Amino acid sequence: MGALDGFKVTFKTMFEDKVTTCYPHEKRPKPERFHGRHVLNRYEDGMEKCIGCELCAGVCPARCIYVRGRDNPPDAPVSPGERYGFVYEINFLRCIHCDLCVEACPTEAITESKMFEWSFTNRRDAIYTKAELVVGDDGRPQELPWEDWRTGDDENTSGWMRATSPAGSPDYEDRALWSGELGYGVREAEAGQVLEGIDAEAEAGRRPIHGQLEESLIEDLHGSHGGSGGHAGHDPDPDEGH
Amino acid sequence: MTHLLGVDPLLDKVDFGVVVFVVVKAFATLLILLVSVLLTIWWMRKLMAFMQNRHGPTEAGPFGLLQSLADGIKVFFKEAFTPRDADRFVYRIAPYLAVVPAFLTFAIIPVGGTITLFHHTTLLQLADPPVGILWMLAMSGIAIYGVMLAGWSSGSKYPLLGSVRASAQMVSYEAALGLSIGSVILVSGSLSTRDIVVAQATRGIGGVLPNWNVIQLAFVPFVIFMIAATAEMNQPPFDLTEADSELVGGYMTEYASVGFAFFYLAEFMNLVTTSGIIVTLFFGGPTGPWNPTTVILRWLMPILYFVIKECIVVSTYVWIRATLPRLRYDQLMDLGWKVLIPIALFWLLVIAAIKVGRWPYAVGAAAGGLLAFILLTRAMAVGKARAADAADEVAVSRRRVEGS
Repeated sequence: MGALDGFKVTFKTMFEDKVTTCYPHEKRPKPERFHGRHVLNRYEDGMEKCIGCELCAGVCPARCIYVRGRDNPPDAPVSPGERYGFVYEINFLRCIHCDLCVEACPTEAITESKMFEWSFTNRRDAIYTKAELVVGDDGRPQELPWEDWRTGDDENTSGWMRATSPAGSPDYEDRALWSGELGYGVREAEAGQVLEGIDAEAEAGRRPIHGQLEESLIEDLHGSHGGSGGHAGHDPDPDEGH
Repeated sequence: MTHLLGVDPLLDKVDFGVVVFVVVKAFATLLILLVSVLLTIWWMRKLMAFMQNRHGPTEAGPFGLLQSLADGIKVFFKEAFTPRDADRFVYRIAPYLAVVPAFLTFAIIPVGGTITLFHHTTLLQLADPPVGILWMLAMSGIAIYGVMLAGWSSGSKYPLLGSVRASAQMVSYEAALGLSIGSVILVSGSLSTRDIVVAQATRGIGGVLPNWNVIQLAFVPFVIFMIAATAEMNQPPFDLTEADSELVGGYMTEYASVGFAFFYLAEFMNLVTTSGIIVTLFFGGPTGPWNPTTVILRWLMPILYFVIKECIVVSTYVWIRATLPRLRYDQLMDLGWKVLIPIALFWLLVIAAIKVGRWPYAVGAAAGGLLAFILLTRAMAVGKARAADAADEVAVSRRRVEGS
């Protein structure tokens, strides 16, 4: 019927499934690499990962991060290195969640969770300090009263991809690797998208490249920080063993 | 007063009680209209959402029923802003010029039969003036002023463009509207809405089909009325007056707060009243197949019939709104002047000839002829399309043969 064909379409559509969801009650799963609110991670022994190097502040295109480093007090060190982040502030009115700070961080101290539903009513509250950013004693992000955390928001937050080698080894420069878990410890890097010539198994499947990395590198990672961390259940291949 | 408000039995003997009764009735009508407008807005949003794979309002009240109420309360608390270059008096009065005619049109729609309350017998319709349906035409004529003055007084160019479009459109389509009403008046022999309804209450062809004007007039005036009324209301696909993508918001761009609310209200009041007019003119108003004799049911059933018909017509409007894209301005004028008015005029003559000739089967014959014409055109179009397809296939296969 020419111009009237549209009526059939709209009528049929009435009985189809809805594309939208009833948002606050029903939420879509967030994508792997979702960039939400930042978290400052700690090692399993409670030490902070941040070494106050200010690389995140330097790389931040929005200039929203302010870091001041300070020498660790010898009797009560905050981080395992020489220095620690003494002031760490992120202004979320400016942050564009580009994840460059996460890329820049040499110790994976800063990662982004998947939580993005929070609000503040004045400019001061928009500035998160260490008091809000550092993970709690259980290695999970603090769930602050004005934030709407949902199940899974703090999981697999390391679904970001490092352009540089996560462990700092020059051999893995420019290799894409999934790495690091939110909270305690450092999870071994997972096989990412580009791993040509390393291992057919790693290339084909989800097998960690644990065995592929130099022995010394692994030793270094595990030895100094007490084994691979991360939350149970997020290990991509638990049978693999470490 | 009796003359103005028509043949309501309530007004046979006017005393103080009757005056109070009429005032109460007027308020009740306004209230019912406002509530039905809120529900209509909700229903439109819900239905359109369903036609677009969405949920529509879900949060305010059960199924989002109170969404329009919440929106209304919100908009009334907004700042009432007046542009610097606005003509203040006209700018303020324009929204009322849009709302008041929309309500006054509803006054002549019969929504039920006759009821008796407090020893007063009255019609379930605010007024039944002898001028009847002309009242509706007059009111839709006045409604143009609301739109036109709003655009003109805003002191801004987009509203002005919107209002110029609106007035041209409303004036053009009023002709087609009037001509299709003319055919209705020819068969019912009265301007009064009550009489038009009564004329349709009898059994029609074969004693099975209702004697509705839509059948009696073989659909054509109904279709023309439907299209012309859509244009008259500035509803999509004829919403050039507020074409968001071209004119920001059209004539109500510069309005906020109460003024905006009134225009919005007027738009949907017009939807409700026009649907009511369509039900009255073409679908027998509050008449229905089953007419019980017990008191309460005798009052309620006609209202129920009216509400059901009204809902169907409103839903059809929403369906049109969700389906058709906006017309271009020249297309709009072409449709109005070159298609609708000639057809309406022709059909009016056909109906008049049948009436004068008193040939009982003429309408049926005319309808049959029309149906045959439509089917023939359709068949020819399908055949042409098939022939074109076949020619394409031949061309493709020939090319393939030549290529190999």
